[in-house]
Amino acid sequence: MTLRPDLQIIADNVTPGSRVLDVGCGDGALMAELRDKHHVDARGMELDRGNVATAMARGLSVIQGDADIDLAEYPDQSFDYAILSQTLQTTRRPDLVLDQLLRIGRRAFVSFPNFAHWHVRWSLLWNGRMPVTRLLPVQWYETPNIHHLTINDFRDFVKARGLTVEGQWFLAGDKLTSVSAANFRAEHAVFLLRR
Amino acid sequence: METDQRFGLNRHLTLPGPLLLDAGVAFAPVEFAYETYGTLNADRSNAILICHALTGDHHVASDHPITGKSGWWTRLVGEGKPVDPARHFIVCVNVLGSCLGSSGPSSIDPATGKPYGMSFPVITIADMVRAQAMLLDHLGVGALQAVIGGSMGGMQVLSWTILYPERVRSAIAIATTARHSAQNIAFHEVGRQAIMGDPNWRGGDYYADNNPPAAGLAVARMAAHITYLSEAGLTEKFGRKLQGRDAKSFGFDADFQIESYLRHQGISFTDRFDANSYLYITRAMDYFDLAEPFEGVLAKAFAGAKNTRFCVISFDTDWLYPTAESRHIVHALNAAGAPVSFVELSSPFGHDAFLLDVPEQNSIVDGFIRAGEGRA
Repeated sequence: MTLRPDLQIIADNVTPGSRVLDVGCGDGALMAELRDKHHVDARGMELDRGNVATAMARGLSVIQGDADIDLAEYPDQSFDYAILSQTLQTTRRPDLVLDQLLRIGRRAFVSFPNFAHWHVRWSLLWNGRMPVTRLLPVQWYETPNIHHLTINDFRDFVKARGLTVEGQWFLAGDKLTSVSAANFRAEHAVFLLRR
Repeated sequence: METDQRFGLNRHLTLPGPLLLDAGVAFAPVEFAYETYGTLNADRSNAILICHALTGDHHVASDHPITGKSGWWTRLVGEGKPVDPARHFIVCVNVLGSCLGSSGPSSIDPATGKPYGMSFPVITIADMVRAQAMLLDHLGVGALQAVIGGSMGGMQVLSWTILYPERVRSAIAIATTARHSAQNIAFHEVGRQAIMGDPNWRGGDYYADNNPPAAGLAVARMAAHITYLSEAGLTEKFGRKLQGRDAKSFGFDADFQIESYLRHQGISFTDRFDANSYLYITRAMDYFDLAEPFEGVLAKAFAGAKNTRFCVISFDTDWLYPTAESRHIVHALNAAGAPVSFVELSSPFGHDAFLLDVPEQNSIVDGFIRAGEGRA
């Protein structure tokens, strides 16, 4: 089974043998890959009961929980990495969730869909409607994405918080695209952060 | 192994002991009623212990020898089930303090030749677990592939991981708690007062003339039974429906179906359970607080259990041991660094859901157990 491209980037850049907390781990695809191929001690948190059950059946340690609430219970610096893939934009307070990630993990991987991708801009500009795209496939009224952001928004946030970017990857059509003009050309961003 | 009398259904055994109890008593001898299913494999790595709840017994997956009723957890244990005698060596032991075969207040005290009654020592959940460990030693079972239980069975599961962490590879604790709350104790106290207030109780010395405090025990069971069900479940099943009549009687018969149902639950319970055992086991549950010996910090209690895999399951309509209690356990396990999975399942059945038909519970337990086998 092939991983989603942003997850593959994360899997390829996690130090083998490390301890990882995957927040919003879905059905555990990334955790299973990390465990099986990279000897990583992976733990997960996931809101959806069905996903938790699927991940548990894979033998993964997953807790049904809400990133906005339950991260507070984890001890400081108890993981080498905290991962938040495609979940940031669904949280009620992304800023506080990011604070928690970097409290719990020494480093954090954060991936999110870029709302400033040209296709999104085009859709808003010409149709005057909230875009429904490949990565944002749901109508405005039922989308779980309640805090849309762009790559530039995220960069500003990281800078304002004084965080260090240790790595950044940008995806368009599931392929890596350049850092320059990423805010226009990338559908998807992956950042590796530390305090 | 077929001829080994230690293994099989409805085994009864007395071990010399002594069993050192939390109350400071060296209890001996120790009677056990238990069942085993399946075969212990050559490297003794496939043993699974099932822990039963307050009024349960060792007939987890076999027909009861007297009532003929099928085992109490056949949904989870049996051929083709998550806990399967084809793959596992399964042990279920009647708890210490019970009246269904293991040592309890209705057992004969060899010193007097009469039932212990209230001279039976007060026991704890940890004592129940120590007794189980003593029996497993006798059966030649060292480490357990898994310990599984719901409600009071879940309390035993958690105690196992604290008392004998090196013997537990996987722990599955369902619909349970790490300590009895004031509300939990309060409901039990209502039951105990009903029993002890029954004139037939006579200080627990009622065995000789076969005239037990049945009315008190029935009320105790009625009160407890309410806590096992959900409000929505009761409404759906009974609502305000009347029992066998078209109008209210303007009297104190069981006008409502729920009254009739509860009375039936209470009375039928007295046929199979001893009032003194009910006192002792509810006391053990009320004394249960895993964090107490660890300055109230539950994470410290689990410090030795880092190598045990945990699976914690709660039910959304369980108000006896609500999801918050399970989360409390999960947070402590996280803080202790133990690998833990947790899920809250949805069911209309309240606390009793773990015994009923919740397919998700089976698939989760099955996946969790198989994953442990793959990585043993």
